Amino acid sequence: MTTSLLTTVSAALPGALRKLDPRLLLATPVMLVVEVGAVTTTVLSVLDPSALAVLVSLWLWLTVLFGNLAESVAEGRGKAQAASLRALQQETTARRLDRRGEEEQVSSTSLRVGDLVVVEAGERIPGDGDVVEGVASVDESAVTGESAPVIRESGGDRCAVTGGTTVLSDRIVVRITSAPGQSFVDRMIALVEGSQRQRTPNEIALGVLLGALTIVFVVVCATLYLIADHSDADQSVVVLVALLVCLIPTTIGALLSAIGIAGMDRLVRRNVLAMSGRAVEAAGDVDVLLLDKTGTITHGNRRASALLPAGGVPEAELAEAALLASLADETPEGRSIVDLVGSTYDGVPAGASLVEFSATTRMSGLDLDGRSVRKGAASATSRWVLDGGGVASPEVDAAVQEVSASGGTPLVVAERVGDGPARLLGVVHLKDVVKDGMRERFAELRAMGIRTVMVTGDNAVTAHAIAQEAGVDDVLAEATPEEKLALIRREQQGGRMVAMCGDGTNDAPALAQADVGVAMNTGTTAAKEAGNMVDLDSDPTKLIEVVEIGKQLLITRGALTTFSIANDVAKYFAILPAMFVVAFPQLEVLNVMRLSSPESAIVSAVVFNALVIVALVPLALRGVAYRPSSAADLLRRNLLLYGVGGLVAPFVGIKLLDLLVSLVPGL
Amino acid sequence: MSALGPALGQVLLLAALLALTVPVLGRRLALMYLSPRHLRVESAAYRLLRLDPDADQHWRTYALSVLGFSMVGVLGLYALGRLQQHLPLSLGFPALPADGAWNTAVSFVTNTNWQWYSGEAALGHTMQMAGLTVQNFVSAGVGMAVAAALARGLARSGRDGRVGNFWTDLVRGVVRVLLPIALLSALLLVALGAVQNLAEPHAVTTLSGATQEITGGPVASQEAIKQLGTNGGGFYNVNSAHPFENPSPASNLLETYLMLLVPFAMAWAFGHLVRDRRQGGAVVAVMALLLTTSVALLTWAEMAGPGSAPELAGGALEGKEVRFGTAGSALWAAVTTGTSTGAVNAMHDSLTAPGGGIALFNMMLGEISPGGVGSGLYGMLMLAVVTVFLSGLMVGRTPEYVGKRIGQREIVLVAGYVLTTPVLVLVGSAVALTAPAGLAGLQEGGPHGLTEAVYAVTSASNNNGSAFGGLTSGTPFWNTLLGLCMLLGRFVPMVLVLALAGRFAEQHPRPPGAGTLPTHRPLFVTLLAGVALVLVGLTYVPVLVLGPIVESLS
Repeated sequence: MTTSLLTTVSAALPGALRKLDPRLLLATPVMLVVEVGAVTTTVLSVLDPSALAVLVSLWLWLTVLFGNLAESVAEGRGKAQAASLRALQQETTARRLDRRGEEEQVSSTSLRVGDLVVVEAGERIPGDGDVVEGVASVDESAVTGESAPVIRESGGDRCAVTGGTTVLSDRIVVRITSAPGQSFVDRMIALVEGSQRQRTPNEIALGVLLGALTIVFVVVCATLYLIADHSDADQSVVVLVALLVCLIPTTIGALLSAIGIAGMDRLVRRNVLAMSGRAVEAAGDVDVLLLDKTGTITHGNRRASALLPAGGVPEAELAEAALLASLADETPEGRSIVDLVGSTYDGVPAGASLVEFSATTRMSGLDLDGRSVRKGAASATSRWVLDGGGVASPEVDAAVQEVSASGGTPLVVAERVGDGPARLLGVVHLKDVVKDGMRERFAELRAMGIRTVMVTGDNAVTAHAIAQEAGVDDVLAEATPEEKLALIRREQQGGRMVAMCGDGTNDAPALAQADVGVAMNTGTTAAKEAGNMVDLDSDPTKLIEVVEIGKQLLITRGALTTFSIANDVAKYFAILPAMFVVAFPQLEVLNVMRLSSPESAIVSAVVFNALVIVALVPLALRGVAYRPSSAADLLRRNLLLYGVGGLVAPFVGIKLLDLLVSLVPGL
Repeated sequence: MSALGPALGQVLLLAALLALTVPVLGRRLALMYLSPRHLRVESAAYRLLRLDPDADQHWRTYALSVLGFSMVGVLGLYALGRLQQHLPLSLGFPALPADGAWNTAVSFVTNTNWQWYSGEAALGHTMQMAGLTVQNFVSAGVGMAVAAALARGLARSGRDGRVGNFWTDLVRGVVRVLLPIALLSALLLVALGAVQNLAEPHAVTTLSGATQEITGGPVASQEAIKQLGTNGGGFYNVNSAHPFENPSPASNLLETYLMLLVPFAMAWAFGHLVRDRRQGGAVVAVMALLLTTSVALLTWAEMAGPGSAPELAGGALEGKEVRFGTAGSALWAAVTTGTSTGAVNAMHDSLTAPGGGIALFNMMLGEISPGGVGSGLYGMLMLAVVTVFLSGLMVGRTPEYVGKRIGQREIVLVAGYVLTTPVLVLVGSAVALTAPAGLAGLQEGGPHGLTEAVYAVTSASNNNGSAFGGLTSGTPFWNTLLGLCMLLGRFVPMVLVLALAGRFAEQHPRPPGAGTLPTHRPLFVTLLAGVALVLVGLTYVPVLVLGPIVESLS
């Protein structure tokens, strides 16, 4: 642990030293003021050396350095990832097709938008583009971290390929969609390195407030120089600079950019690429979440959920028959029946002959020792039973009706033993199963003030059944892309911010319209261009995590600002008595911490101010713990922790430091 | 401790009076600022002045109207002062000196009402009535108008920066609210014994046989609006300590009540204007919380004041009128500095050191407990925006107040507002305490002298106008310095407030939800009070330590 910490710090140190350049500090005025203060006290401690002046200068330089270090450490986390991405960018030879359809060898860097290139098994795709011909399996692990190859094919929603990924099989023709230097990987590199990091609107606003506070305290300290003079309690510049640095919000000022970089990094670690920091902040503000039903809320495949036996048939018999009929069924629905009843067979029994599902019979099953078992669509299976001399069952008919009405799919099971009459055994209820934990997730979102809307192409009956089960707040059934877009516009006109995810080309307008649009990496280039985030794992539920990360980012900033401001109270109690106790001995009453000497009090406050930055670096990088709850609860909790904590912590910290600092000779 | 009963009694009576009347007046104010209808007398005034009362002004136009109107006021008042010897009813007083006329003109137009002169020994009746009393009405009306514009900006949506019509806001505030209440309370004051005439000074023979000139005048009429409009410029030098201005404990309570009525009612009106009464309630609660705390502390400081003389007398009675007593003076001192009135019924120089410190701190908070008419509301709303910004971040959302987002441009304006007065106070104090001409005005050295200077600059910059006493301020240096403080302390914040109102009016509001920070609950009320104390208070701690705190501890 210690060694990894040391390596992290030593890796970040050169960057931190480079950032001492005042021109780079212009972006954070708070730290610029500290640096100016450090220069001033250093000059003064050379001209008129004293233990106080030397110690204050040293710790002021450390204060600036600690702030820079925090930023460098945050940036360093993305560096490794950027290096592996850069490897993808090596110049390769592309096989470009000219107008006559003949191949020519060109450098990948000379490709232009609209060029057609051929890529075959084992070759690297030379640039971002859409497959216009052929199907291939592609290894995208370098970009997504997912080792299983993915299928890319022309047309449809899986046509986008990323430059730098490798074709594993077959041959495809790709139309290039991005110019060199502006590809997806280029943007990823810039993003994880933080090199093109633009400060986000909220970060700028906070910066303005911190700047204003800094100005106020500069005025406070400058005028105090004159006012103290009038009171015959004139103060040295070193002491006033120490007071100034303690009062201005250095804690948040030093950590502000690290918080922003770390927030983006948290997204990248979850394999989400935000095209701008603005989008991450917007995610924290989302009021309405549009979620596709299939694949997001439900598993996407219908699963067996219940067995409804016919009259006089024990449930165990129906279960056994359903199991037999499904043993050879490799479809997800078949597997789900096996999962539901629990297999007692170890594979398909010997001697069984399988009946595969076909579009004409619409049944599947098996024959074993003269016993035939079938399962399938209600009409098909009923006909099989009637043809086999069996009779209809009113219970089965009722069950079929009931399952259909609830939005599920009924699967009828029947059997025939030897030459006896066939008989209906019952119904398997197949339904769209809501993923585990979704209900709880939606409840959390509701507590956070976010409304979820399920979007589905299903009819209203099915949609509402699923919606009720999943606990979403609203449903858009039989949705078309146009209706989805209209819904987003409606919500936005009401002043709400909307997030959604999508992958198809027809999702692109809605993705562009939404305030936060997460495109799936498997999706089309159009969708990826339209959204402001790309999820490399193509997991639609990740939208919820994105929202949490956005909120966490803002909370971390707010918490550290509050902490920083609350700290000032204790610092006043440390420094003001120390400054004026010589002129006004009665001020010793205000020395509530019983600090050993005025000099020691001032140095302790400055040291505390610097060390608190270091102590809070992990929090800035990790982000404040976030539990989904209402705004009022969050405020109460964070205020208690960071507001009250910020009032109390420095009293303890400065007192402890004073015990150490007072040992220094000359203080 | 037997004095505690009446002390508590007057506070409770005052609270009851306010609780009964503030909601009624607040609702009326809100309806007035929203109404499209004009009274006949108002329409006549608009026609006469060639104003379009139905134009919805952009915030820039609104701000220019405020500045233009006030500049005309300053010039007019300056002219009246400089030409006083030619005016009727001048009682033979000469023209004011240039620096004095400037100071007085700025002082009354900015609703500060700092007085470097003795009213009864420097101003004739025309200057008092046509100059000062008129400004008492209209400067109050301007403050209310700006606050109404901010509330309207918050309540509106998608209005590309339009915040209402300054002229109708001003005229309605004066005609429909200030004039009727002032008339009624002037009559009440006369009934309670205040003076109201246009007579020449009476020459009376005193007990010792000497002759004394006693100046009467239109006192009650000026007194009523002086309190109601949180102006505070007295007809007499000793202000409301003078028996002609404030004859009895009953008139004292009435005048205290008048100072608080409109500031609280404006806050209540805010709730109506943004269509969420709880928001107004929260603002009233913060104001009341701060006010109650300072009344309690000040009363404690004066009644249990340290020192042997106060102990013998049962309270610090030096500089106080016996007819009001310690508690009546302490309550007034807290109210007059908590509102931006600045009228005094006791000499603040003679308050105990902690008592004087609390009066000073009340002003330093930026006049928000409950502050001046209108200015108290917008001052508090600006701090509410800062609070929302900090706490909004802590709940993980872009901060918003009554549905309006606080982004970069909004925070720039608020930061400017929060910066203005502390910079004026600190720089002004430093200049005054460094320049020989400034130091020459101080009566004492040491911490008390420091407090005298800081108090004067704070009072001017925050448009309070109360004087600590002990400072000889009628010099060119002090008149110029304080005039600048008053001017910048009034109009820089106002322009920033109006710009913010314009920004808010442009925005479409976001509907509240579970993720929205509630700004009407006790938690927010506490937090807002905390932000006011910590964020604004922190600025002044060093100066307070060197002044009242050192003095209190010795």
